Amino acid sequence: MTTAHVPLWEVFLRARNGLAHKHAGSLHAADAEMALQAARDVYTRRGEGVSIWVVPSAAIIASEPAEAGMLFEPTASKIYRHPTFYEVPDEVGHM
Amino acid sequence: MYTQALNAKDAADGGAEDADRMARFQARIDAEERIEPNDWMPEAYRRTLVRQISQHAHSEIVGMLPEGNWVTRAPSLRRKAALIAKVQDEGGHGLYLYSAAETLGVAREELVDQLLSGKAKYSSIFNYPTLSWADIGAIGWLVDGAAIMNQIPLCRCSYGPYARAMIKVCKEESFHQRQGFEIMNTLAKGSPAQKAMAQDALNRWWWPSVMMFGPPDSASQHSDTSMRWKIKRFTNDELRQQFIDATVPQAHYMGLEIPDPALKHDAESGHWTIGEIDWTEFKAVIAGNGPCNRQRLRQRREAHESGAWVREAALAHAEKRRRRAAAAVTAAAAE
Amino acid sequence: MTHDPRFLFALRLADDALILGHRLSEWIGVAPQLEEELALANIALDLIGQARMLYAHAGEIEGKGRDEDALAYLRDVPDWQNVLLVEQPNGDFARTIVRQLIYSAFMAPLWRGLKASADPTIAAVAAKAEKEVAYHVRHAGEWLIRLGDGTDESHARAAEAVEELWPYGGELFEVDEAGRTLIAAGIAMDPESVRAEWNTTMDMVLAQATLARPADGWHQSGGRKGRHSEHLGHLLADMQFLQRAYPGATW
Repeated sequence: MTTAHVPLWEVFLRARNGLAHKHAGSLHAADAEMALQAARDVYTRRGEGVSIWVVPSAAIIASEPAEAGMLFEPTASKIYRHPTFYEVPDEVGHM
Repeated sequence: MYTQALNAKDAADGGAEDADRMARFQARIDAEERIEPNDWMPEAYRRTLVRQISQHAHSEIVGMLPEGNWVTRAPSLRRKAALIAKVQDEGGHGLYLYSAAETLGVAREELVDQLLSGKAKYSSIFNYPTLSWADIGAIGWLVDGAAIMNQIPLCRCSYGPYARAMIKVCKEESFHQRQGFEIMNTLAKGSPAQKAMAQDALNRWWWPSVMMFGPPDSASQHSDTSMRWKIKRFTNDELRQQFIDATVPQAHYMGLEIPDPALKHDAESGHWTIGEIDWTEFKAVIAGNGPCNRQRLRQRREAHESGAWVREAALAHAEKRRRRAAAAVTAAAAE
Repeated sequence: MTHDPRFLFALRLADDALILGHRLSEWIGVAPQLEEELALANIALDLIGQARMLYAHAGEIEGKGRDEDALAYLRDVPDWQNVLLVEQPNGDFARTIVRQLIYSAFMAPLWRGLKASADPTIAAVAAKAEKEVAYHVRHAGEWLIRLGDGTDESHARAAEAVEELWPYGGELFEVDEAGRTLIAAGIAMDPESVRAEWNTTMDMVLAQATLARPADGWHQSGGRKGRHSEHLGHLLADMQFLQRAYPGATW
């Protein structure tokens, strides 16, 4: 059986205005309009979204897990970027 | 949403894998870290997941057929709408699961081909026929009930995309079992003919449902690896017992009888114990000799084949649009 | 038997929606792709939902204690008031899509207009249905464009479906005595008022789909008077089986 491959799309939903779009899942569709409709029919059946993005999966550039150390570990030592690094006397109250 | 521990045997991974990487992988699993698509993983872990997730997806898709068999005959508009929504959910769950399997580097088309060629397995429960409306109740109550027992632990599966799909599935499924129970309960409280219908459905679906959890732990070859990898968190027998303990009192509440003369309540352990399971039937149905194996696959195959021209049309149209857009760009550039 | 025109009006809208919703539900498990399984089921659920509200309303107007299920499950063929279009079999996917487009392109402007109906229940149903049907137009329209302007095979199938189903569109525009009374009372809407929009939608989609629009003229008719095609009896035999086999049972 020879089956032509229908492109894969990633679906992002905005649950309600004020929130960012969040990855909801993926689906197959021949083109962008079909992908948008399918996203609506598959991923918003229970009021999960008020806005949809569909992106061809092939268009996503991902970082390599093997490079995670190089990319993300150096930041762990920069604790002075966080407010808890600094001391404020209790009497001063919330800052 | 249905899963079944019918995974074929899978030899432990060969020594080819770097022992050091294996140890680090296992350490991540032991630390309850999730494994994500591009992370290094042992080949056997990948194979096990592709097989289990795709079987799970196939089960959802084939599972649409026995229930779909009653969609047009649902006895009230309320039941009709609920059943359409439920069967639709199963299609959605199949879709989420195929997507999860695809993150492991295998295309949905390949997985579907494996199903249609008879190479891949799906939950054998769907090789039983739905003969009366009560079967729709029994499937929701028993089959979905059994599936939920299996699926809740899968929400914590070590493979991220599978776990995330299962969380979505479990959330959506919460109405399925209640829907089935309500149908059964209504029939059990209805006319004598309706009650008989409900009892008959329970008689036919009880043992296949109990078998959905797969072979007994004593005979299950690769539970060990799956447990070590936290793909699986409870054994077949543990989940089966949970299901029996939850379901027997529900049957009694409805005034229905579990078709097992050996069934008894063990006051000491608090568990219900059941009689001997007929594993020869289980094996026969898995091997292809169930009441509906051929019928279900034929229906899937026919749907796939008769939809081919539609999928081809959509792809051809998309290609035409691309070409037109490219031509427009070229024309604009030439100006 | 003469019925209250308001009863007939609600019943006709309900029968159209239920029969078409039922037809779409026959696709379950056999749709051309998985994503489309869910899309067709969504449309079916929209239509069945509309039918339920409309049957409840019709039953109240009639005042004889018939609920949605009595109206859906206990009437025989001559009592059904749906247009012949919606009872036509699914056929292939092209047939299903063309049938959906003809109906939805008519209902979208009709529901929009009925939001101003003097009957508040109809107006409430219209407010909900308008949005649902607008999406059905988009779904069916986009599909027909792809089928018509896809492969040679899909074009041929789409062209045949349009040819076959076009004569069933005219019945949507029929108005009888009961209809005229309600149009005058501001409860119903004159279907002529949506013809221009229906034409525009159909022409736009057909043009993009590279499909020819068949000539108007003679059209199939009879559903609104209870004279149906052979198909409806089989549909009802299927749909009503349990209610008929176990009279009076609760499900």
